[in-house]
Amino acid sequence: MIPELGHFALIVGLLLSLALSILPIAGSYSARPLWMEAARPLALGVFAFVFIAYVCLTVAFIQSDFTVNYVAQNSNSILPIYYKITAVWGGHEGSILLWLLIQAGWAAAVALFGRQLPPELLARVLSVLGMVLIGFFLFIILTSNPFDRTLPFPPMEGSDLNPLLQDPGMIFHPPLLYMGYVGFSVAFAFAIAALLGGHLDAVWARWARPWTVVAWAFLTLGIALGSWWAYYELGWGGWWFWDPVENASLMPWLVGTALMHSLAVTEKRGLFKSWTILLAIFAFSLSLLGTFLVRSGVITSVHAFATDPLRGSFILGFLAVVVGISLLLFALRAPAVSARSVFSFRSLETFLLGNNILLILIMAMVLTGTLYPLVADALNLGKISVGPPFFNLFFVPLMVVLCLLLGMGVRANWKDSRWDKLLSAWRLPFLAALVVALVWPLAFDHYHWGAVLGLFIGAWVFCASLADIVSKTRNAKSFVAGLKRQRASYYGMHLAHIGLAVAVLGVVLTTVYSVEEDLRMGAGDSHKVAGYDFDFGGVRLAQGPNYRAFEGVIHVSKNGKPVAELYPQKRNYFSGGNTMTEAAIDTGLFRDIYVALGEPLDRSNPSGDWAVRLQYKAFVVWIWLGALLMAIGGGIAVADKRYRKARAAREASLSGNLAAA
Amino acid sequence: MHPVRKQRLILVLVLVALSSAAVGFVTYAMRENMDYFYAPSAFAAGEVPFEKRIRAGGCVVPGSVQRAEDSLDVQFVITDGEAELAVVFDKILPDLFAEGEAAVISGQLMPSGVLRADQVLAKHDENYTPPEVAESMVSHEGCTDGAKI
Repeated sequence: MIPELGHFALIVGLLLSLALSILPIAGSYSARPLWMEAARPLALGVFAFVFIAYVCLTVAFIQSDFTVNYVAQNSNSILPIYYKITAVWGGHEGSILLWLLIQAGWAAAVALFGRQLPPELLARVLSVLGMVLIGFFLFIILTSNPFDRTLPFPPMEGSDLNPLLQDPGMIFHPPLLYMGYVGFSVAFAFAIAALLGGHLDAVWARWARPWTVVAWAFLTLGIALGSWWAYYELGWGGWWFWDPVENASLMPWLVGTALMHSLAVTEKRGLFKSWTILLAIFAFSLSLLGTFLVRSGVITSVHAFATDPLRGSFILGFLAVVVGISLLLFALRAPAVSARSVFSFRSLETFLLGNNILLILIMAMVLTGTLYPLVADALNLGKISVGPPFFNLFFVPLMVVLCLLLGMGVRANWKDSRWDKLLSAWRLPFLAALVVALVWPLAFDHYHWGAVLGLFIGAWVFCASLADIVSKTRNAKSFVAGLKRQRASYYGMHLAHIGLAVAVLGVVLTTVYSVEEDLRMGAGDSHKVAGYDFDFGGVRLAQGPNYRAFEGVIHVSKNGKPVAELYPQKRNYFSGGNTMTEAAIDTGLFRDIYVALGEPLDRSNPSGDWAVRLQYKAFVVWIWLGALLMAIGGGIAVADKRYRKARAAREASLSGNLAAA
Repeated sequence: MHPVRKQRLILVLVLVALSSAAVGFVTYAMRENMDYFYAPSAFAAGEVPFEKRIRAGGCVVPGSVQRAEDSLDVQFVITDGEAELAVVFDKILPDLFAEGEAAVISGQLMPSGVLRADQVLAKHDENYTPPEVAESMVSHEGCTDGAKI
């Protein structure tokens, strides 16, 4: 009964989103306030029904209701309860339901927090979100229904959640990633509403900005968490592979980053308007493209979902409709919203334009590398894969230029700056970064010029941000008083930039100074990696709630002093018969010691020699710390009082108008 | 022509020129950094260049996995149902690597006719077969069938 209730709730949700997509927007054109007013309760209603469906599926998982096909495929009765709850998004159908829930959640959030928006704008934004919701409702109901039954012959036992997903990282990764992916649909809806309305002003940008920043911050966290999970869970110790599925999330992030910066120009200076709109359309389109790539089975990836061509064609069709209609609308209406204004070559506008061009270039490059194998296959040019050398060839130099521009741009003014002032502002951070870059590699066992260049780039961004904060506080009575005078969004920006610097430093140091060795080791063997002694004490048996494991015992010491005891596992899950590596990591701020078990080299004798991977990963945590700082920076920027003040001011002017009337 | 229109036309032409240059450059870079995929029968037919980074894929022939006594070196044979290809590897094999299952290998073909792998990819979940492997199998039906020859 409960699965049918969930299915029914989905259908009701679809009907409500149909009404949401038609009624308010029609009302906005025929000036019927009542129809426009309907947008908010309808959006909340859609969310309520998706929530009911979501709860129904969760209940089916908790009750181990194997008459539901999706539950039977992604759970079993001995799965721990917390993984039963997260197994809801462990497979395709359920993750689309989560997607839908978050999509409806964003629409409900706009309905709740958007009360002070101009009524036509709110009605149109919610209608556009309603149209997007229809697409996902149809997708789930027609191609990916999680409530399909296995009746009349249900299996006695489910076939288990993929063991790779039985991990805390996987509990948080999909919801955060989807919050970001789906969040860009709000920016998209704002862009379409602006095109429909035919005007785009600072108030519009001030509204669209926080929504975009929040979505971007979530996406940043989601990507970072996915990369961290790949690092510790897959046992390879890598954090980015240029895998098509990873690229699918990187592309919207790059465009979202460009969009955030372009929105800043639109809000402060009223420029880049049509460009901002185009970026908002692209960011959401790339989220959809990512979904298509991951779920259609067209790409080879270690992460690809088991797939179904019908689903792929549906998303491709949906993508075509969304991109087609929005670009058509853009072509027809963009001239109406565009503005002309003047800015000097030395202005902040120029640097932000450079930032946008570089980010879009990087995205275009990633897109080319990701799609080229598909195109080549379709044209019968052979089966090709584009590997990391291609991506690094572009990514590294373009990122270097981007970071150089960033450090220069943070010191520039709007409209115009003076060369002498700019040059003197750049001098000190430049020298500081140079010293850091030349000295830091001395701390490692070999001097590496690539590291010098990379460290310079990271340190340059860091020092330029600090220098800007110092100079902004110089004229105040005291340093603290000066700090207090700046806005939250100012600190958010600098924190995010410093986060980027930290991530760059982590990437460079890890790439250059990490050591990885795959070895054959027996009990009692010892090996030295990067100055650390690894003593292998053999393997023993260990027992988990739903798996059995061989557990390696590895003592790590440096110069005779014990550093860590690590217990990597090779797990065998009772249900699926899958083997899983559980790496053991001693994390530190400056290095990780990372060990993973391969396999017993003589299958008949597990207490004999094992394949063991020993790794020293320099500064690897900085990559994720940097991403965390970026996301926190986004959060702080959104907390800026300006966004609420604008609301208050609007309310005041509205009530003033009413009083006057 | 109206001066504003003329200005726009020039802008468009410049953009077109720049983007074609970019596309050309990308294509060139891609040519240098692409890995072609070959099925084992292409190796047998001599279509695969030596000592160039390529990818291969097929089903791991049951019973073919052999380990060295004193190192990590491992040898196995993959097949597409028609021809067989020997692969050598000296690192840790992925968890889902198994006899009778699909695997995709990047590496170089040695003059001896053996593929030296620098990366072995197995899949993420047990129901997934990489599309290249599925297509290159003579039976087009995944591994357990094809590997039985």
